[in-house]
Amino acid sequence: MQKYSGFGLLKHALSHHENWQRVWRNPTPRTHYDVIIIGGGGHGLATAYYLAKEHGITNVAVIEKGYLGGGNTARNTTIVRSNYLWDEAAHLYEHALKLWEGLSQDLNYNVMFSQRGVLNLGHTLQDMRDIQRRVNANRLNGIDGEVLDAKQVQEIVPIMDCSANRRYPVMGASWQPRGGVARHDAVAWGFARAADRLGVDLIQQCEVVDIQVEDGAATAVVTKQHGTIKAGRIGCVVAGNSSVLAQMAGFRLPLESHPLQALVSEPIKPVLDTVVMSNHVHGYISQADKGDLVIGAGIDGYNGYGQRGSYPTIEHTVQAIVELFPIFSRVRMNRQWGGIVDTCPDACPIISDTPVENLFFNCGWGTGGFKATPGSGHVFAATLAKGEAHELAKPFSMYRFYDGALIDEHGAAGVAH
Amino acid sequence: MFHIYCPYCEEHREEEEFHAKGQAHIARPPAPDDCSDREWGEFLYFRDNPRGLHHELWVHAAGCRKFFNITRDTQTYEIRETYKIGDQPAVSTNPDQ
Amino acid sequence: MTQKNRLQSGGRIDRTRPLPFEYNGKRYTGFAGDTLASALLANGVDLVGRSFKYSRPRGIVAAGADEPNAIMQLGASEATQVPNVRATQQELYEGLVAHSTNGWPSTEFDLMGYLGKVGGRMMPPGFYYKTFMYPQAMWDTYEKYIRKAAGLGRSPLENDPDRYDHVNQHADVMVVGGGPSGLSAALVAARSGARVILADEQAEFGGMLLHSDEQIDGVAAVEWVADRVRALGEMDNVLLLPRSTVNGYHDHNFLTIHQRLSDHLSDRAPQGQVRQRIHRVRARWVVLASGAIERPLVYGNNDLPGCMLASAVSTYIKRYAVVPGQRLVLMTTNDYGYRAAFDWQDAGHAIAAIVDTRTNPDGEAVSMVRDRGLNLITGAAVIEVTGGNRVSGVVIADIDEGGGRVTGKPYSLACDTVASAGGWSPTVHLSCHTGSRPEWRDDIAAFVPGKGVQQQLVAGAVNGSYALAACLEEGARQGAQAAINAGFEVDLEQLPIPSARNVEEWPAMPLFHVPHTKPTSRAPKQFVDYQTDVTAAAVELATREGFESIEHVKRYTAMGFGTDQGKLGNINGMAIAAKSMNKSIPETGTTIFRPNYTPVTFGAIAGRHCNELFDPKRLTAMHGWHQQHGAKFEDVGQWKRAWYFPQPGESMRQALDRECRATRESVGIMDASTLGKIDIQGRDAREFLGRVYSNAWAKLGVGKCRYGLMCGEDGMVFDDGVTSCLAEDHFLMTTTTGGAAHVLEWLELYHQTEWPELEVYFNTVTDHWATMSIAGPRSRELLAELTDDIDLGRDAFNFMEWRSGTVAGVPARIFRISFTGELSFEINVQANYGLYVWEKLFEHGKKYNLTPYGTETMHILRAEKGFIIAGQDTDGSVTPLDLGMGWCVANQKPFSYIGKRGMAREDCVKPQRKQLVGLKSRDPQVVIPEGSQAVDDPNQPLPMRMLGHVTSSYYSANLERSIAMGFVRGGHDRMGDTVYYPQADGTVIEAEICSPIFLDPKGERQNV
Repeated sequence: MQKYSGFGLLKHALSHHENWQRVWRNPTPRTHYDVIIIGGGGHGLATAYYLAKEHGITNVAVIEKGYLGGGNTARNTTIVRSNYLWDEAAHLYEHALKLWEGLSQDLNYNVMFSQRGVLNLGHTLQDMRDIQRRVNANRLNGIDGEVLDAKQVQEIVPIMDCSANRRYPVMGASWQPRGGVARHDAVAWGFARAADRLGVDLIQQCEVVDIQVEDGAATAVVTKQHGTIKAGRIGCVVAGNSSVLAQMAGFRLPLESHPLQALVSEPIKPVLDTVVMSNHVHGYISQADKGDLVIGAGIDGYNGYGQRGSYPTIEHTVQAIVELFPIFSRVRMNRQWGGIVDTCPDACPIISDTPVENLFFNCGWGTGGFKATPGSGHVFAATLAKGEAHELAKPFSMYRFYDGALIDEHGAAGVAH
Repeated sequence: MFHIYCPYCEEHREEEEFHAKGQAHIARPPAPDDCSDREWGEFLYFRDNPRGLHHELWVHAAGCRKFFNITRDTQTYEIRETYKIGDQPAVSTNPDQ
Repeated sequence: MTQKNRLQSGGRIDRTRPLPFEYNGKRYTGFAGDTLASALLANGVDLVGRSFKYSRPRGIVAAGADEPNAIMQLGASEATQVPNVRATQQELYEGLVAHSTNGWPSTEFDLMGYLGKVGGRMMPPGFYYKTFMYPQAMWDTYEKYIRKAAGLGRSPLENDPDRYDHVNQHADVMVVGGGPSGLSAALVAARSGARVILADEQAEFGGMLLHSDEQIDGVAAVEWVADRVRALGEMDNVLLLPRSTVNGYHDHNFLTIHQRLSDHLSDRAPQGQVRQRIHRVRARWVVLASGAIERPLVYGNNDLPGCMLASAVSTYIKRYAVVPGQRLVLMTTNDYGYRAAFDWQDAGHAIAAIVDTRTNPDGEAVSMVRDRGLNLITGAAVIEVTGGNRVSGVVIADIDEGGGRVTGKPYSLACDTVASAGGWSPTVHLSCHTGSRPEWRDDIAAFVPGKGVQQQLVAGAVNGSYALAACLEEGARQGAQAAINAGFEVDLEQLPIPSARNVEEWPAMPLFHVPHTKPTSRAPKQFVDYQTDVTAAAVELATREGFESIEHVKRYTAMGFGTDQGKLGNINGMAIAAKSMNKSIPETGTTIFRPNYTPVTFGAIAGRHCNELFDPKRLTAMHGWHQQHGAKFEDVGQWKRAWYFPQPGESMRQALDRECRATRESVGIMDASTLGKIDIQGRDAREFLGRVYSNAWAKLGVGKCRYGLMCGEDGMVFDDGVTSCLAEDHFLMTTTTGGAAHVLEWLELYHQTEWPELEVYFNTVTDHWATMSIAGPRSRELLAELTDDIDLGRDAFNFMEWRSGTVAGVPARIFRISFTGELSFEINVQANYGLYVWEKLFEHGKKYNLTPYGTETMHILRAEKGFIIAGQDTDGSVTPLDLGMGWCVANQKPFSYIGKRGMAREDCVKPQRKQLVGLKSRDPQVVIPEGSQAVDDPNQPLPMRMLGHVTSSYYSANLERSIAMGFVRGGHDRMGDTVYYPQADGTVIEAEICSPIFLDPKGERQNV
């Protein structure tokens, strides 16, 4: 594989960029794989990469209905942080954050992980109590975090209106300096390129229409374009379609699929250097390297697979942003879009074996999957390799919804991401 | 933004007056104490979540405060029917019917 | 400066109204009717910006929403800055101030341009993914420079002085676009009586007719437009919205229109006026008549100032009387493009050549060229232009019939303007917003709206019908059909269809990429998307590298990600990608357009819902009194609640200590009006309560009150409150302040969906009552002064009972309940008497040192008693047993109440759950910060094993020590144990686990 570097770029410039290699092959699927991963989004590609890299399992296919990284990977607002409340979630997301920190070098692909810090604002006394609780838990879990008062918040974000005369004045915030944003497409492409290099077959434009189950065990996937492909183990990583795939295998999941909308402004010169999130006024914002303000909020209340939501959600989100940043009132919104998020009742994911043997699911990340991409892939790869849950994945079994051991992150994940 | 017919008000109103409340026709088990953890978990959390026709519960929150059901396509967002609590849907989600 | 490119006559500008304006610090003059773009061109300004990646000089290309280059910073003051305004869409007004957005130190003299020339070759698509990785720590630095280079305009740094609003509209027929098709459709629909909205993004209706020589019904097109607009304007059932862009087409025929009310008048809206408005339209039927956008041709250096769209050239000449150059070369693939040359010639300017890429074109246009004696070159193309900051010449060469390669020897021709006409792309954007996929039509080499998924019709150019006669006819027919579909009558037999001459056109040639003698990778840059600096070579490289999905191509190259969202470039880019992969365009497909069609001001989307109106404020009847008495407030839900009442010079702690002491020693008063109150009536009300509360309600007698815990089906506590039995079939439930609405919906949910057989009715009465809680040993004495019809005696009016009577002569319900542990009465009166009764209490309260207190003192007093606050001491993961409130659970009730089964699940009954306990810090003066996390060993390595957090913690003046409540794993069995709370500053607070009831454990004080 060609190694990417500044020198390489110079070399290729001299030959008019005519000799760049393909980033990945376009293979014809084999008849049997040790592991088939359904879903070529960030999580699925990361799973494939770590299966090959960490576990030496390279007879692996990633089967993608559309194009690589075309689902929620392509549609999210790219926030990365690990300041979750409960130990189980905090450890999982911190595992991911640590992987983020060396990811560009590991993949030899610049995913533009930018640790510009994440502020979660508090606007009420109860918000501030919750922030204290969460930051204290983060600290004792070894995760960076600070509680800031309104004045300190103002210093970090001078353009935000932190005055007392707003409807819900900013009282303070939690601050995770190691949080930030990354370039979402690059994450998928970087994992894809690295997985391909290790021998993983990336099969695009291939839709799984059935999962074959014999004697309670999954044995193969049936695809629309390439027929039946046998597999030792199958990992399903299809955010936005998890319930549909589960139904093929004959069981249900504790999920609802909802539209999650986001929007961007026109590109403007750098004006916001960190990520600002507010559960209470319900919106969050960062500025992409391209200059767009990237904005989002919560899900639409109804189930929806349409990759679009309702206009009032956009209105409320923009209202929240203008309330926090009145100076953005004259800036203009360029475009909006929607993804499909599989939400779990406790706002935590499912990384789990299933009632069908050899079939594993990684789903239910709700609005916060992007930030977990490397960690999710890493623990799911271990789970698929060994046939039993990785230590960090154990609390995220789907069976917690029977015994009641939920990990209720609604407080920490209340606003999308 | 959806335009929703409230079967109680007998009028179309804007989505902003309503709240979606998830899958419809999930009855509380008549004898909860006889349920296993698994059965109770199924009732509490597990849902069909189909891509396609979905019978779902809504409430006219900023209107008559009545709960009612909608059969809606979760892919196209087309509303096929709305009907009162206690009524059965006329549009089936079962493709065999 | 003179307007050197302005014609002496013609155009739709008002030469009697000169308008001075400023661009990049220089003063210019235009005329009323100009856009900023036409005024700049009139003044001979070629250079309007620098491209963001290669820093190449750029000029105006288009005349409308498709303009990629003329992106301006507008605004005469800091507060009125608007970034990224398209000069082609900004009407000129007196005093307008604009700046170009890229270029350093200036657009005209740009140092970055040299860097772009040198470094440009280092910047193929996705170059940033391939570098800036090493060393890892340097990325922050690289990123800083990347960020600086990106972006276009800048945000204002002061608050917006303008206002925006929203209007909800209902239409039978919504017509999008006021060109020939839209005008035709609107008039037919309106004459049927249907309510019609006609919106167009431009200042004037008419679309392309405003610069057309054609005739309709025997009169000049502009006269026909004026007549139609006049007719529509006179009809009451028609709403005409000029300067209004339909930006989004949402589900169930909901559309949003962004109307600019004053952007054409001045820097900010005139006093008292709204700057912009969003119309939120619910339409029965929609007629899309949004027209089409001309495609530029992709050739070498096609971004040099002077390269323009042919239709834009016509627009500037005919509509604005501006000829944007002296000597023109027109390159076209179709007959329509010839019009630009004719207009140019008619304006008296020179034409170097008309280059038709078709091999043997022979239509009406060609014969007109011959009649006019123009230099026509066929079967050839402009393969590249030359020049520095402006076109100075072209290189022309013969090409083969398919347009795939150069067949002849290139030769040069001098000119200063190149107009290109590459055919038309229907404006399918709105149709795509609904989820409808556009369909490719080979015959017109363009995407048209696919099968509609909503009540939508299409007419005219958006439907691929470009000829004027066809537009007029389709408009009329679709307008009629929309009206009929919406329930109105139109006689289709007698439909008046405006007539226009049918022009015989020679078939157009699909040409998306003009070949060069060199391979694309080595040819001069051939721009596909100007704003994002995407070239044909970049698109080809992306596909070579394996980015084969059109979405990958778009994302890898950034094609279509500009503020114009690829209106000019997308189709060419897709076609180039398709060709380089040996696929057809429909096989390759198209990317999907999303709202907005053109950018919309955030302020307009927010409307009035910001500042004070961001969220409703709920105030109690006594709010004004609290303000007058210096209260600090806290937000609880939408309510403003008095938090504490500091006296002059008092710190918060001093105020709280005083309020707490006064209450325990004499009497305090709190405004409790915000607590949710739900009136519950009906034969089965009692049975219902038993099902939704965890404790028993069967035996609660009339006149009695009881505390209840409400759980979800998962067994987790979500609300609590006191419910009183007013009559055998009548109860009053109270809820937490923030939970009231949710509880009411919860009750309705269970009643309507699970137990409709129960006869019970719920009504919110929160706002009906003002509630004041007087607490303290002397509260009875105080109340006795104001009521003479209730026996307040200890044995006559027991704890947890209520009475009705009068207080200060006002009918009242009095509840002897207590959230402080003191003797306490909660007085409820009709809300509009609240302030009166409150003030009466104070009149009589002086001698008892009646002290108002707020939520903070309430929290302290209840914590002294170990009473929980749902939402503070619970978080959705806590059962009644976790709270140590087993006394509030009645598992012997015959009905399996909500929560019972949930709290019996395996995880909910396991030992070592986190349980609520009292906590005493070792140092009684140290208040453990709320949110602190307990550990057994503060010296263990990270991550530590945490036991639970402090939920409530205060300094208690009454106990002269700090007190706290919190969760500790298995805490109920650990009384007397020590736990440690490591703090952020490195200190550790040591605390002893104890009962959460710190004061009066036997409850004697409330029973006096």
